Amino acid sequence: MPVTCREDNRCLTALVSGELDHHGARAVMNELDQRIDQAQPRELTLDLSGLTFTDSSGIAVLLRAHRRMTQVRGAMRVVSTPAQAGKVFRAAGLERIIRFE
Amino acid sequence: MKIENQVTLEFPSRSANEGFARTAAACFAAQLDPTLEEVNDIKTAVSEAVTNAIVHAYPDVLGKIVLKLRIREDHALEIIVKDWGVGIADVDQARTPLFTTGSEERSGMGFTIMESFTDSLKVRSSPGKGTTVTMVRKIARRAGR
Repeated sequence: MPVTCREDNRCLTALVSGELDHHGARAVMNELDQRIDQAQPRELTLDLSGLTFTDSSGIAVLLRAHRRMTQVRGAMRVVSTPAQAGKVFRAAGLERIIRFE
Repeated sequence: MKIENQVTLEFPSRSANEGFARTAAACFAAQLDPTLEEVNDIKTAVSEAVTNAIVHAYPDVLGKIVLKLRIREDHALEIIVKDWGVGIADVDQARTPLFTTGSEERSGMGFTIMESFTDSLKVRSSPGKGTTVTMVRKIARRAGR
């Protein structure tokens, strides 16, 4: 479950690809935590264009990233959400908390 | 309900088997000629049920999980996930959105997702004996097939 990050002027972009389930969720959370701690970004963009599958583990990952960004007083947005992941996030009502573009 | 075909898979509660279980379910369901969205719904529901068994049924030990897939004559897939783990004392509470006894990587949305992605969800559980989750997902019959 690879996470690829790039940072530009305190804007952090994280590309999450592959299948995100309970088996890989902890590693993704740890990677995002570490990147957020290091960069203290003004904005985090989670690019999900390469995400081929997620279940409720993805909900936990997004909520945690959102909480961390709130702690560092930064914004967060999620872009290029595939249809399957979007259906999971909508079923959880995540769009009321997180900005999807 | 008449069963037209079925398969039973047994595996230990290792998290690496989450991906295996949902992929196997998707392969078996292919006989119903589902749309991509229907396949994804099945994969998502299986992933949630199997993850629940791995995380909650056997918190400290490896245990047995059985996944049964049945194709019914009414063009529906029945998904049964059975474990012999700790069981759920209060099933209604466990099914409440955001309720979880798991750690931080759990969202408490597992049963909510299973409900949203299938046509019916039944949970039978007794503490100390185990849990059986039964889901049914109808697959639309497509014209010209």
